Amino acid sequence: MSKEKPAGTGVILVTLFLAGLLEVVPLPEDLNWLRPDWLLLVLMYWVLALPHRVGVLWGFVVGLYHDVLVGTTLGQWALAYSLGAYFMLAAYKRMRVFPALQQTAVVFLLVGSSNLLAYLVQESVGRAYYPPYTILYSTLASAVLWRPVVAALRWVQLRFLVR
Amino acid sequence: MSSSNPTYRLLIALVLAVVLMVLDQRTPWAQPIRYVFGYLTAPAQYLAHLPVDTARFVSRQTQSRGELLEDQERLNRQVLILEQRVQKLAVLEAENTRLRELLNSSASLEGSVLVAEIIGLDPDPNRQEIVINKGAREGVRRGQGVLEAQGLIGQVVEVGPLASRVLLITDASHAMSVQVNRNGVRAILAGTGQGNTLRLLYVPDTADVQQGDLLVSTGLGQLYPRGYPVAEVVSVDHRSGAAFADILARPKAQIDRASHVLLVESKPVEPAPADQDEQEDAPPDMAEEEGQ
Repeated sequence: MSKEKPAGTGVILVTLFLAGLLEVVPLPEDLNWLRPDWLLLVLMYWVLALPHRVGVLWGFVVGLYHDVLVGTTLGQWALAYSLGAYFMLAAYKRMRVFPALQQTAVVFLLVGSSNLLAYLVQESVGRAYYPPYTILYSTLASAVLWRPVVAALRWVQLRFLVR
Repeated sequence: MSSSNPTYRLLIALVLAVVLMVLDQRTPWAQPIRYVFGYLTAPAQYLAHLPVDTARFVSRQTQSRGELLEDQERLNRQVLILEQRVQKLAVLEAENTRLRELLNSSASLEGSVLVAEIIGLDPDPNRQEIVINKGAREGVRRGQGVLEAQGLIGQVVEVGPLASRVLLITDASHAMSVQVNRNGVRAILAGTGQGNTLRLLYVPDTADVQQGDLLVSTGLGQLYPRGYPVAEVVSVDHRSGAAFADILARPKAQIDRASHVLLVESKPVEPAPADQDEQEDAPPDMAEEEGQ
């Protein structure tokens, strides 16, 4: 395979599958509030690393997967992730040169806005019983975990030659 | 090329998502999508449950002989007690059928039972749902009632190919018809979204409901089989001036501790008079007795 050809779609899919696994792994009830949005983090990493390949439609499909995985209204997370991927696509050039702290802040905003969108959908179908500020906890956890996720996935990307 | 423009794609995705949401909320047509994705999500759910399975396996492997003997003895005792109860039950059931025939109403039936294991809890704190390891392949249907050893825990709301999703009675969107076992007062039992609290709705302040009362399913919603224990009343608050009493209940089933559940087929309650069909169902000795 020549240098220019994309490779490693399988690797991306496997990382997304593992993220989905972490999304449903049982946690103690008190820690459940802090469950980071693993799928979105992994998705955003691939958008950042391969913006020419992974984009809005990936976001949509991964979002649908999340919907079925946790049993929410079909389209709720698809909507949120499409938007998350779109924002990342718009910002990836700047993101790559940002220092770690600033990256974390941007990720906080991106995860927060897409989770807020998902919350609004949940609210509109009458399935949200907790006040909206509760999504701050998981968003914070996601932002804190952004750098470790980047480090891990960069290793994966180099190791398995995903391009 | 316009199709490679992310904004354009985002618009498509937004429209698609909204269409999907409307379809999923208003029609059953989105079910096939869920079903297909179910092949991909079920492995994640099974794998996420693996640590629990492993821990159980290890603890079973390392049980000492003494513990096993103790266990066996305890189970033997339990079997004895249960057998004795079953003997009584057979007599009661026969009598019940007879009495129902006298009343000209059809007998309540028990359907087929399927055992399933809980493989996942809903990660979303807004929902009280569990995932079980039986799906359409094993014949799970939407709307089946789900029981635990102590009582009802919920109903199947989504069937995938390999796993299904169960809405618990504690979910805030769940409500069911129950009656007080002691005197037959009927009421609606609704979830509150909190793990261990249920609320009895629209019970007149003067109704005879007391702390400690057992609430059993009535089968009137045509989803749950009738006569299964559901909850126990923990507090009754009569507030002066309010039309309804504020009654809280606790599920009988230990939802957070259960690892296996039973799926039961519920049949609609038929208040119609018994016809030939029911006569055939009844044991022959009963038919004779009716003739006497």
